[in-house]
Amino acid sequence: MSRQDVLVTADWAEKNLGTEGIVFLEVDEDTAAYDGGHLPGAVKINWTTELQDQVRRDIVDRDQFAALLSAKGVSNDDTVVLYGGNNNWFAAYAYWQFKLYGHGDVKLLDGGRKKWELDGRTLTTETADRPATTYTAQAPDTSIRAFRDEVVAAIGQKNLVDVRSPDEFSGKILAPAHLPQEQSQRPGHIPGAINIPWSKAANEDGTFKSDEDLAKLYGEEGFDGSRATIAYCRIGERSSHTWVVLHELLGHGDVKNYDGSWTEYGSLIGVPIELGAGGKA
Amino acid sequence: MCGAPDQAAKLPPGTDLSKETVLTGRVVAGGEPVGGAFVRLLDGSGEFTAEVVSSASGAFRFFAAPGTWTLRALHRSGNGEARVTAEAPGLHDTVVTVG
Repeated sequence: MSRQDVLVTADWAEKNLGTEGIVFLEVDEDTAAYDGGHLPGAVKINWTTELQDQVRRDIVDRDQFAALLSAKGVSNDDTVVLYGGNNNWFAAYAYWQFKLYGHGDVKLLDGGRKKWELDGRTLTTETADRPATTYTAQAPDTSIRAFRDEVVAAIGQKNLVDVRSPDEFSGKILAPAHLPQEQSQRPGHIPGAINIPWSKAANEDGTFKSDEDLAKLYGEEGFDGSRATIAYCRIGERSSHTWVVLHELLGHGDVKNYDGSWTEYGSLIGVPIELGAGGKA
Repeated sequence: MCGAPDQAAKLPPGTDLSKETVLTGRVVAGGEPVGGAFVRLLDGSGEFTAEVVSSASGAFRFFAAPGTWTLRALHRSGNGEARVTAEAPGLHDTVVTVG
């Protein structure tokens, strides 16, 4: 993977709006953002209702993913360009799911909505309508998804990268600061995890830092490139952002996203938890 | 869950201001509210903590903790920032001017 295979620039996106075979999909944390204006021709995906199972606590399964993309008018051979608000958190989460279910060509719009808006580029409220397709999803690639038991087994064995903010890592707060702190699970982090907040990988305008800067950052923070890695956050979306950095941009081979993340781990009975700023190598 | 709350809305029901440190404010330019600005909350060391988009009335809100914070706003018309020190839980209101 190289950066050109993973990211497209806002300039490229603007030139390719409406190009046959290229589908723009918007995935936002704020699920109403699309309705207030989006890239012309882009289709909305609601991460809460369309990327997650509505009964079990899980992401959508293979058949649900295929049904979703069929309904959105995405073909297997389309180039999918994902973008969204909040520095592409949920677009990265969707990107990881597209990879999990084996979509051939999927990219992220570097900088997402923020860069697009700061550039003053065109947004429209006109809803795009694409004819339905028959999409075939692959069996999930579990080499990029970590589950709780392997996370517990990874303590002291793999790089555990906690990408939440320092205050969430230390146990001072339970959720990002723009959300109410109402969760009841235990605060803290997985013992031995290193805290490299996702935000360190992004520039102020939401674009990813250069490969050189990213490699330097992780090296300085104690990331051991010779070991397998599991990234986690609170619900798996910020860690998708870091998964994109480590696996897709920097090309580390064995990197998994733990989408259960702290809301699962911090609610498990009997697992070890570490408090405070320790754990940084 | 993780859906960003409407930044113009009142505090969520059940918000306990004796326990929660809530940073609210408005983004303005030339005295007029600026909607659609990206407001970043930076901690005492300048480290990024969170980001929201200001409402049509320029409003933003963070659930934080006591301490010193920087509120940095980005908008296509310009950027700006303001410092806020929250000594204790409660509501702390700040105006950030951009341009």
